Parts: sequence; structure tokens; C-alpha cells
Amino acid sequence: MKRKPCLKWNPRGMWTVVLLAVLIAAPALAADVYRIGGLFSVTGPASFLGDPEKRSLEMAVAEINADGGIDGKMLEAVIYDTEGDPQKAVSGINKLINKDKVLAIIGPSTTPATLAVKNFAERARIPLISCAAGIAITEPVTPWTFKTAQNDALAVASVYAHMKNRGVEKIGLLTVADAFGESGKQQLEQQVGNYGLRIVAVESFGGKDTDMTAQLTKIRAAGPDAIVCWGTNPGPAVVAKNIRQLQIDVPLYQSHGVASPKFIELAGEAAEGICLPTGKILVAGLLPVDDPQKEMLNDYILRYTETQKMPVSGFGGYAWDAMHLLAEAMQGAGGDRNKIRDNLEKIDHFPAVSGVFRFSPDDHNGLGPEAFVMVRIEGGIWSLER
Amino acid sequence: MQEILQYLFSGITSGAIYAVIALGFSMLYNSTDLINFAHGEFVMLGGLTLVTLWAGLGLPLVVALLLSVVAVAVVGAAFQRLAIATVKNPHPIVLVIITVGTSILLRGVAMVVWGKDSHSVPFFSNHAPIDIAGAKLLPQSLWIFAIAAVIIVALQFFFKATLTGKAMEACAVSRRAAWLTGIPTGRMNLLAFIISTGSGAVAGAIIAPITMCSYDMGTMLGLKGFCAAMLGGLGSLWGALAGGFLLGILEAAGVGLFSSGYKDAIAFVLLLLILYVKPSGLLGSAKVQRF
Repeated sequence: MKRKPCLKWNPRGMWTVVLLAVLIAAPALAADVYRIGGLFSVTGPASFLGDPEKRSLEMAVAEINADGGIDGKMLEAVIYDTEGDPQKAVSGINKLINKDKVLAIIGPSTTPATLAVKNFAERARIPLISCAAGIAITEPVTPWTFKTAQNDALAVASVYAHMKNRGVEKIGLLTVADAFGESGKQQLEQQVGNYGLRIVAVESFGGKDTDMTAQLTKIRAAGPDAIVCWGTNPGPAVVAKNIRQLQIDVPLYQSHGVASPKFIELAGEAAEGICLPTGKILVAGLLPVDDPQKEMLNDYILRYTETQKMPVSGFGGYAWDAMHLLAEAMQGAGGDRNKIRDNLEKIDHFPAVSGVFRFSPDDHNGLGPEAFVMVRIEGGIWSLER
Repeated sequence: MQEILQYLFSGITSGAIYAVIALGFSMLYNSTDLINFAHGEFVMLGGLTLVTLWAGLGLPLVVALLLSVVAVAVVGAAFQRLAIATVKNPHPIVLVIITVGTSILLRGVAMVVWGKDSHSVPFFSNHAPIDIAGAKLLPQSLWIFAIAAVIIVALQFFFKATLTGKAMEACAVSRRAAWLTGIPTGRMNLLAFIISTGSGAVAGAIIAPITMCSYDMGTMLGLKGFCAAMLGGLGSLWGALAGGFLLGILEAAGVGLFSSGYKDAIAFVLLLLILYVKPSGLLGSAKVQRF
């Protein structure tokens, strides 16, 4: 068995990566492969999502091909870089649909890009499995769009449940002024009543701001029992440092957007004691042995660290799960997109990296609150909260 | 009252950062009549070089700081020699576009060298925040004030009291006349770039512990610094300082007294108003050239 990598050049000047694993013993003809499209923000500000997702998709394709492919046919991934830009995502999906004629599409990595391309997939009747977190992607449910990343709503629910157990009543919100922060803020404000909590201050900060002490001073004046910061690096690390600096003595909750060792590195000592919701990948080693995801998580982490020679990221799993869910749905479908879509909806119990998927015609995310766990940063490492 | 004081402290901390960056803009404009839109990228290079030398290689702070400033100034000199001095027809618009192109290049190079992640360094001195009437001031802010003060006093001395400084100013007034009187205008230009980019590197290095450094931090900082320089009056060193602090305090007051959602809007609307009433900026000279 030997793999032949093949690099294809796009005349438009945008680079294309085509990973083709071919068995030399039985040379596959072009028609004998199933083409899967990928749209990830491999570079640009959201590269922390797209880069591990691209690597994970390539890993999953290589793994499935090494096991003999799907119904004897090999997989081929065609991946375009969206740079986190919805416009580039749209031109990418048009190429995937019209030029590469892919069977299904995995990605994009971010919510704005997914919302931009969603209708193209719907119109072309191609299954799209997004790797973004925004709840608007699968609510309301549309026939061809699925997603593997946990909804923001679930993360908010985990945070609020944790607060309620600890007797928090008044909270202050500090969210980043971008799509991730806005979506989080919306969920935080929507669900607050369900947990008997009260929001006393709502502030925001820019993604590249260097100092948030003014916002925090205003929040402190409102006297909250806890502060929730919703954003992606580096802003939340600055917030953590500023809270230390102002000596504000209330617990700080962060979002799953900073659930990576990078946050601890950036915030340093100021990260101590911060609680945040995260997918289980970050604390795979701490999970009880009877956890349904433990085996899948360990397998993924081992493969990722071995093949990519770098520590596993919390985000690549979305693409890994998407590929494996798709592979499951493609079994016996004979390359028929309608059948693949129907099979995806029938997936009833699929333990994966991001959670146990249970798709149905009314639920194209398929994850429940148990997909998140609360962790606390203690001594520079994560510890599992109950 | 305690809140107001805290907004003021927040304001002057970011204000000092904007002021040091604005100094670089103003100083270069003062000597070469050029606005360097890649200045923010030199700030970024300064911060990231300090990350590598201090946190990465473990050099002593002072050595790392000096080395990063020298390294960035060398890049600045190369920039002037290779991209600016070689232009046959140095029309201002052409030069400005070259600086914009350089900023994109530098950002790309930094992304390859330092990666896409943010980096963080510890504070210069490990003291607890200083408490003044309930408001907290970070010791790093004092470092920034002190270093900003040293830079401005040194620049002021250089321009007003040394022959080289005066020669440099003469180049800005009239390049041709300066050349006729025997001033080596080419070398003056180079020196101006070295000083300007070096001061940008200082700004990047001293703010590194407060903000996080990443390859794309320069654009926003450059823009804020440029606004501060315009606000204070382009070409005036004290104006740059005043503009920086004013912008920082306006931002913090905007957050505290109105809403954090309108932070940038409040600051920029005021900037527009000031420029409408007094187009040359707060401390700028009356006849300002527009292109």
C-alpha cells in the first residue's frame, strides 16, 4: 500500500490542496473517488479554527482510505481557504459545487461564513456540515445544512447552571464586539431568566483593544456577584489581567472561545480560578472511564499528536466528526446526495469528539448539554468542575 | 469619583501608548514630509522582537529592549534604502502607497516568523498595582509614561539644540534648499527613518506586557497613533503627545460615561469635530499641507 500525494494548481492563482490517497495495486480512476469539499479559515484571524480543522479533515480522509474507503471507493478532499472572509467562502463554495462537483461539503469554520454559503448549498442540494458554533446555522432547520460544533446556547446553559449552584444572583457581561460575542450576548440575555439570575451590567470591547479597565470599572460599580466574558483570544486574556489589576474580587467566567492552553499562556497568573465551559477534548484524560466519548477522544488525540507533531487543538474535532458522520451516512448511499442527507438525519447514537450526535429531522446539530463540561484553571492546568 | 479617576487612569495608559506611536508619525513627517502608514507594523515588530529576545531567549530586559529597538531600526533603514530612496519620482501619493504596501509585507513576514497566535510577556517590574483614592494604576503604566517622557525630551533636544536635528528639519521645509546649503538630504532622510521606526519599536516593546502581541496588532495601533498625531497637529511633537493622551482619555470616558459599544465612535467623532474647527490640529502650525 502506498500513498501518492498530488498537488493541483488552480489557474485563478488561489492555491488548492488536493490530498489523494490511492492504492497502487488497484489504480483508481477519477470517477471512482468520492469528492468531499472543505471550506476552512486556514489563514487569517480565525486560523486557530481553520488550521486544525483542515489538518483533522485530511487525517480523517487518510484514515478512512487506509481502511478501504467507503463501499470500496476512495475519498478525495478538496479544501479551499476562506481566510475567515464570507465573500471568499462564497467563491469557494461555488468552485466546490460547479468545478469540483463535490458530493458533500464540510465547513466553513466561522458562523458569518457559514450563513453566507448556506443558501448556495441548499439551492444546489448538497449536504453541508458546518464547523461553526452559531445557533442560527441550524435553527431554523433547513434540509441540507448540518453542524458539528456545539451551539453557543449549550455553553451559556453550562455557565448559568454552574453559577446557580454557587449562589450567584447578579452578573455583569463583557462581550467582544464581533459575531461570536454578539451571539453569546444574545444567548446570555435570553437564558438569564431560566436560571433566576439578573444581569446588572452589559459592556463590550473591540477584538484588538489593549485595555478593558474602563469597562470593568463600570461593571464593578454595578456590584455583580460574577463577571462573564465572552470572546476569543487575545481580548479575554487582557480582561483577565485587568481584573487582577483592578483587584476585582468576584469570580470570572470565560466562554468556550478561549478553551485552549494558549489562553492560560497569555493570561499567565491572571488565569487562576477562571471557570469556563469546554468540549470534553480539553480534559479527555480527566474524564471517567464510562464516558461514551472517552475512547473516540483518546483515539483522535493520539492520531493528531502523532501525525501533526503538535498538541491537539479543541477545534479540529469539528471537522473530524463531520467527516466521520458523513462517512457513516455515505455507506450504501452509492453517491446519492438525497440518500446521504436522509442517512445523516437517521444517525441516532454516534459518540464522537465533540459529543454524542443524535440527528433528527428537527435537530441538525444533534448535541445536548452533556457535550460541555465546566472546567476551572488551577495551577496553570484544567481541572474538572462538577 | 473613584470611577472617574479610574477612567482617567485607563485613559492615560492607552493615551501614552497612542502618544508614543503618534510621536513616530509626527517626527517622520517633521523631517521628510512623509506619512508612514507602515509605522504600526514597526510597533508590532518591536513588540514581537521583545517577546522573542526577552521571553524566548531569556536575555536581560534592558539588553533585550535595546536589541529590539536596534533590530527594528535596521529594518526601518532597509525600508528607507530599498523602498523609499529608490523611487525616481517621489510624489507624496506614490510614497504613501509604498508605505501601505510595506505594511502588508511586514505583516505577512511577521505571520510567518511568529505565527498567527498572540504572545505575552510579563510586566517589566513585578509590583502590585498602585492604589490612589481607590483607583488602580499599573506599574507598567508608569514605565510607559517614563519612557515616553524620555523619548519626547530627547527628540525635542535633538530637533532644537543639535545641528543634525536642525538640518533634518530644514530638509522638511525645503529639500532642494537644504541640499543647496550642503545638507546631505539622503542621509538625513535615512536617519529620520531610523529614529522614527526605532521609537515605534520602543512603543511596541513597552506595551507588550499590557496588551498581547500578535502579527496583526500593528494596523489598529498605527491607525490610533495616526489619529492622535492628526489630532495634536501633524509635525508637532508636543501636539502628538497631547493628541495621544486626549484620544486615550476620550475613549475611556466614552466607555465610562456613555457605552462601550460607542467607544471608538465617540473618539473619532470628536476627532472629526476638532479637525473641522481647527484643521491643523490642536498644536499644529497654521499652514498645513493637504494632499
